[in-house]
Parts: sequence; C-alpha cells; structure tokens
Amino acid sequence: MAQTPDVATKQPADVQRSERQAVLNPPVDICENAEGITLTADMPGVPKDRLTIEVDKNTLLIEGDAHFDMPDGIQALYADIRSTRYRRSFSLSPELEPNNIDATLKDGVLTLKIPKRAELRPRRIEVRAD
Amino acid sequence: MFNSLTPFESSLFGEFRRLEQEMDDLFGRRPWPIGIRSAARGSFPPVNVGATPGEVDVYLFTPGVDPKTLDISIQQNVLSVSGERRLPKNENADYYRQERFDGEFRRAITLPEDVDPDRVEARCENGILHIKVQRREAARPRQIEIK
Repeated sequence: MAQTPDVATKQPADVQRSERQAVLNPPVDICENAEGITLTADMPGVPKDRLTIEVDKNTLLIEGDAHFDMPDGIQALYADIRSTRYRRSFSLSPELEPNNIDATLKDGVLTLKIPKRAELRPRRIEVRAD
Repeated sequence: MFNSLTPFESSLFGEFRRLEQEMDDLFGRRPWPIGIRSAARGSFPPVNVGATPGEVDVYLFTPGVDPKTLDISIQQNVLSVSGERRLPKNENADYYRQERFDGEFRRAITLPEDVDPDRVEARCENGILHIKVQRREAARPRQIEIK
C-alpha cells in the first residue's frame, strides 16, 4: 500500500516570523506520482532573485517578493492584490528527499519537484501466473 | 521596520523594502466601492488599477498565461481582457490540492472616463500583464498662474 501523503498546509501564524506586512498565500496544486511530489504555485511578479525556498527539518517554506513597475505618484483606484509578499509553508513527510528538490520559476509560476527516497518508492509487485 | 532590525542591510535592499511598503500601503488600504462590471472576489485573474495624472496603469496577475491567448480590447473607458490558462495535467498522478485556476477567463475593468483608447500599451513580465492607458491632455490638472 502506498504511504499516506503528508503535505499539510500551515497557517501563516505558525511561521515564527513577526512582520506587520500582509502576506499573500499563493494558490498551489499538489500531486504525487511514483517518483515524488510536484508542487506548483502561482507567484506572479516574483523574479528569480527575490524567491527563496527553504527546507528546515521537515518544513518547506516558500517566500517571494513581487515586483512591478509603477510610475511615480501613482494612486490606487482598485486592488484585488493588497500585498507584494508571498509566503506559504508545508510540512514534508519522511519518505521525501528535501535535499534534491528541483525548482523552476517561469512567468510567475513556481514548480517544485520533491523526489521520494529511492529505497522508499513504491515497487510494483509482479504476479506470476503459473 | 525591517530596516531597524537589520542595520547591516544594504541601502539598496532597504530602498526596495521601502518601495514595497509604499506599494502595500497604496493598494492595501481602502474598502473599494463595487464597480458595476466588477467580478467576484477571488476571480481569476486578480486586478490592480492605479492612476497618475497622465496615465492609468492596470495590472493583471496572469501567471503562466501564454500572452498569445490574451485578447485585450478597450471600448471607451471599459477595458476587457480575456484569455485562457490550461494547466498541464499530470497523468498517473494523484492530486491533493487544485487551487490554481484552470480554464478560460474574462474580466472587464472600468477605467476613469478621460482615458484615451488610442494610446494603450501592454506588456507581460514575470506573470504580470501591465496595461498602460494614457489619459487625455485636457483632463490633467493644470497650473493656473496668478496675474
């Protein structure tokens, strides 16, 4: 039987950082196959150099600062997005290998591939017909 | 606030922070009246609109949207943006969360009445579509000289 996936979200309050600034929770898709877990997050406006991905023990933290080009003296008329800081964290499960995470960022979409430890990947059991 | 905690932070970084803080103050403050053509909160893509005396800046947060699928049009002062985002489905995978938008979208944004529909520029960067619409000259505030 495959192991129960354990990628649980944490509320921003769990993150031990005190900041007054509002934080955006980027929407994510998470899926799992035999190789590992793929996490995709929407982080529009975040360039590569303002994105951080940290793994501390079994916590994965994704943070990014959006940057967009604004003329001087701009006044807001309407806003759906009211912050420039994205942050979200996930707890990883022990069969994942956090040291080999592959991260790509393209057009504001972050894709993380978190592999499973080789020895823990599910093995297909052949049924021999005698 | 950040700056005072980290005195060794480079001034450039501090400057970025300050700008961001300003932006957060700018877009994070007021309760907005609901526009007649506005979409429900949480609709894709989210939109921010800002203005200066000379132009109106519309930011659509369209991560992963191929600019070729975008259709942008402006009629008088109503800007319409439609397009689609098709998420690649991972075959043979179990999904636990699917929070990201998948499909076609359309948003209409009412701009101030003095915008000039003939002077519009649009560009995409890091998943943000920035549309700049110039305002008509006559609408800009003019300095009045006292004789």
